[in-house]
Amino acid sequence: MDDLRFVIAAYAAAGVILAAYVWQLARRLREARARALSSSS
Amino acid sequence: MNRLANRPALGPILGGLALPTLLIGLYLGLVWAPADSQMGNVQRIMYVHFPSWIATAVGYLTAFVASVVYLVRRRPFWDHAAVAGAEIGVVFNIIGLVSGAIWGRPTWGVWWTWDPRLTSTAILLTIFVGYLLLRSFIEDPDTRARASAVVAIVGFVNMPIVYFSVRWWRTLHQVQSSPATVDPRMVLALRVMMVAAVLIAGSLIASRYELARLDDADERSGAPERSGSRRAMGIDPYEGATYG
Repeated sequence: MDDLRFVIAAYAAAGVILAAYVWQLARRLREARARALSSSS
Repeated sequence: MNRLANRPALGPILGGLALPTLLIGLYLGLVWAPADSQMGNVQRIMYVHFPSWIATAVGYLTAFVASVVYLVRRRPFWDHAAVAGAEIGVVFNIIGLVSGAIWGRPTWGVWWTWDPRLTSTAILLTIFVGYLLLRSFIEDPDTRARASAVVAIVGFVNMPIVYFSVRWWRTLHQVQSSPATVDPRMVLALRVMMVAAVLIAGSLIASRYELARLDDADERSGAPERSGSRRAMGIDPYEGATYG
């Protein structure tokens, strides 16, 4: 039962899911801010 | 609250607080806290699994409260807060289910079982994924906000069922542990990771709120070729439409 592979897999999976979401949220925010800037100018 | 959430810096500030808290929590959970006497190191998955459910609850609770207030006051702010909470809740719900499955394999011998706790959390995820899909299918912002608010409220009813499922039914999933029966180092590691999870969820909700606000302003400005979040999801609600 004492298997570090599962611990590493769990933390890696959580990190990948979170990082992927943060990355795409940052991209969508950047695009939305750019649109807001272009429409206000 | 409007003024607070309208500050674009709120997300990065909470994110800046979350990062050191997360690093400390990871050190405490992975290095400092002892291994469990029965489960060994596999128990360390709890330091990411349980906090992810706290963050899920923060997200869905935000969606629920904001949806109720939206239906009463009909202010776009509350709809933006609701979608932000729901989306972040879905992300952490997925993390909770995945980390739980990885814990279940060495502990129960299976990745998944139709246990009441697992099933009710899967239903919870399905409802809020449905919430996000519903939003992408309705073009009128006010109709979308109204319909999705109802879904969020109905979906949140599942939360107490998830929480009490381990007490109401005979389940494979363990009941809630008491800090009094756990090594204090484990309790501290878990609490630091819970604080980190809440800070991360708060940071992401604030950032997602800002995105919803910008998308809404863009959409209401009458530019049909720009449909912020729905375009980002690869769905063009105006496909095939003719203008002018």
